[in-house]
Amino acid sequence: MSQDNKKVTVETTGHVWDDDLQELNNPLPRWWIWGFYITFTFALVYWLFYPAWPIGHTYTKGVSGLNNVTYVATKVDGTQETKTTHWNMRSKLMVEMNELKAEQKPFFDKVASKSFEDVSKDPELMQFVNSAGKTLFSDNCAPCHQAGGQGKIKFAPNLTDDHWQYGGTYENIETTIIAGRNGMMPAFKAILSDAELTQVSQYVLSLSGEPHNAAAAKLGDAIFHGDKAGCYACHGADAKGNIAMGSANLTDKIWLWPDVIGAKTPEAKLTEVKTLIYGGMNKGVMPVWSTRLKPEQIKLLTVYVHDSLGGGK
Amino acid sequence: MKHDKIERNVGILIILTMLAISAGGLVEIVPLFFIKETVEKVDGVHPYSPLELRGRDIYIREGCYLCHSQMIRPFRDEALRYGHYSLAAESKYDHPFQWGSKRTGPDLARVGGKYSNDWHTQHLTAPRSLVPQSVMPNYPWLIKTDLDYSDIQGRMKALRVTGVPYSTSKAEFDKNVKEFGEETAKNLHIPDAEKNLIAQAQAGNYDTNPDKLTEMDALVSYLQLLGTMVDFRKYDDDYFAKFR
Repeated sequence: MSQDNKKVTVETTGHVWDDDLQELNNPLPRWWIWGFYITFTFALVYWLFYPAWPIGHTYTKGVSGLNNVTYVATKVDGTQETKTTHWNMRSKLMVEMNELKAEQKPFFDKVASKSFEDVSKDPELMQFVNSAGKTLFSDNCAPCHQAGGQGKIKFAPNLTDDHWQYGGTYENIETTIIAGRNGMMPAFKAILSDAELTQVSQYVLSLSGEPHNAAAAKLGDAIFHGDKAGCYACHGADAKGNIAMGSANLTDKIWLWPDVIGAKTPEAKLTEVKTLIYGGMNKGVMPVWSTRLKPEQIKLLTVYVHDSLGGGK
Repeated sequence: MKHDKIERNVGILIILTMLAISAGGLVEIVPLFFIKETVEKVDGVHPYSPLELRGRDIYIREGCYLCHSQMIRPFRDEALRYGHYSLAAESKYDHPFQWGSKRTGPDLARVGGKYSNDWHTQHLTAPRSLVPQSVMPNYPWLIKTDLDYSDIQGRMKALRVTGVPYSTSKAEFDKNVKEFGEETAKNLHIPDAEKNLIAQAQAGNYDTNPDKLTEMDALVSYLQLLGTMVDFRKYDDDYFAKFR
C-alpha cells in the first residue's frame, strides 16, 4: 500500500508528515450532507411546535395555537376547569389520565354507588372488580400478604381463610385498608416467672387441642384469667379474641405469630408460644392506604378481598 | 485559527476540545438555573434528619441507585403504578440526587409509607422470603451492623456547604423554625445531631429491634420518608403543570 501513496490524485489538505504521509480532502457524501440539512429543518419546525429556547427567566413556548394542549383540571374543592396551554408533558398527562378515568368511570361509579352486597351480586361488575382488584392487590397487598393472599407465618395474615383478626365483614375490611392496623402484644418477661410462662403457654396450647401438659395447663388457666397477667383482657375470657383490638382467637388452629403448626415436636410448639409471650410482639403493622389509594379503589379492593380471596362472615 | 496551528499546539487543542464538548451540557443545564419555574413552589419539602441522612448515605454506599430510580416521569403507566410524578422541588436538598434511569427494581420515589418497617427489615435482609420472584441481593449485614454516626455532624456540615440549610447558630435555627416548623427545624440543628439521631431511631423503631441502633434503622427511616414530604391533595390537578 505504502508504495501507492505517490499515485493519489485526490485533493489533499496540504499537510505532510513523515515525508509522504498526506491527509486527503474528500468531500462528504451527498446523502450525509442532505441528512444534515434535514435535521436543521426539523429543528426549525420543532421550535414552532414545542418549548425550546431558554430566554432569561423564561423560554419560547412554540407558536401559540399550533400545538396546544387542552385539559380539564380538577381543583382541590372538586370543581373542574378547562384550560388550554402550550404543549407540555404534565398537561398531556392530565389529558391521558382523564381519558382513562372516563373509560373506568361507569364501573367505578357503580362500585361507589352500590352497597357492597349489591356489587357482589352483579356478575358484570364483578368482572371489573376481579380484574382491577387483582392489579391493585398485586401491586399494593401482595408484598406482604403474598400473591394469592395466602399470607406468611410470622409476618402477615392469610386472607383466604375464614379467620379475621380485625373482622371479615365488608365494613371491617374496608376500615382495615383505609386506616391500616397496628398489631402488638406486650412482653410478659417482667411480669411472669419462667415457670408461669411455661404454664400459661401450656394452657394456650391446650385451647386448640395441641399436645400439652394438662397439670401445667390447669395452672396456666388461672394465670390466663388472673389479674397479674390479664391475658383475658385482650383475648377474652373464652380466649376467642376480640376483633375490635385484633387480639387473636387462641381456640382455633390458625396461628400467625408463633408457628405452632410448623413446629413438629411438643417441645418446639411450647417454645414458639412461650417466646412470643416472653418478648411480646410489636410489628403487626399494616400501612395506611387512604393516602395512597382513592376511596373507590379501596371499596373495590374490599370487595375483591372479601369475595375473591375468601372473606369472613 | 488555522487547522495546522491547533493540531500542532496541544494546549490550544485541549482548551478548544473542552469548550466543544461542554457546549451541549452548558446549553441544556445552565438555563435551568435562570428559568424561574424549574423548581416548583410547594410546601413540605425539608432537608433530611440526621438519621435519614445517614440512611441515605447507606443507600448510596450499597449501590441501591444502580437498580432503583427515584424519578417518576409524567407518563400514564408510571402515574398508575407509582403515583404522582416527581417534582424537582422534592430533590432540591439531595446532593447528589438519586433520580437515575436504571430500573432493574421498581422506582422508589414514593415508596415511603407503602410498606411497614418490619417489611423493609425483612425484605432488605432476605428479599425472596417476601417477594419470591425478586432478583434483589440479600443485605443481611444491615441489621447486624451498629450504625456509626460519629461523623454525622461532618456529613451535615458538608451538605451545608452545598446550600442545604442545616443550622449551626441560634439565628439560623430560628430561620428554619419559620420555614419548616419547630419539629423539623430541631432535626436540622447540627450541634444536636447525635441526640436527634438516637431519639428518632428509638421513637421510630425502624428495624423492629428497639435495643439496638443499626444501619437498618437509618436506611428504613430514609426509605419511609421517600416521596411523603409533599401532600398532593392540597394542590389543584394542574398546579404543577404551570411549572412547565
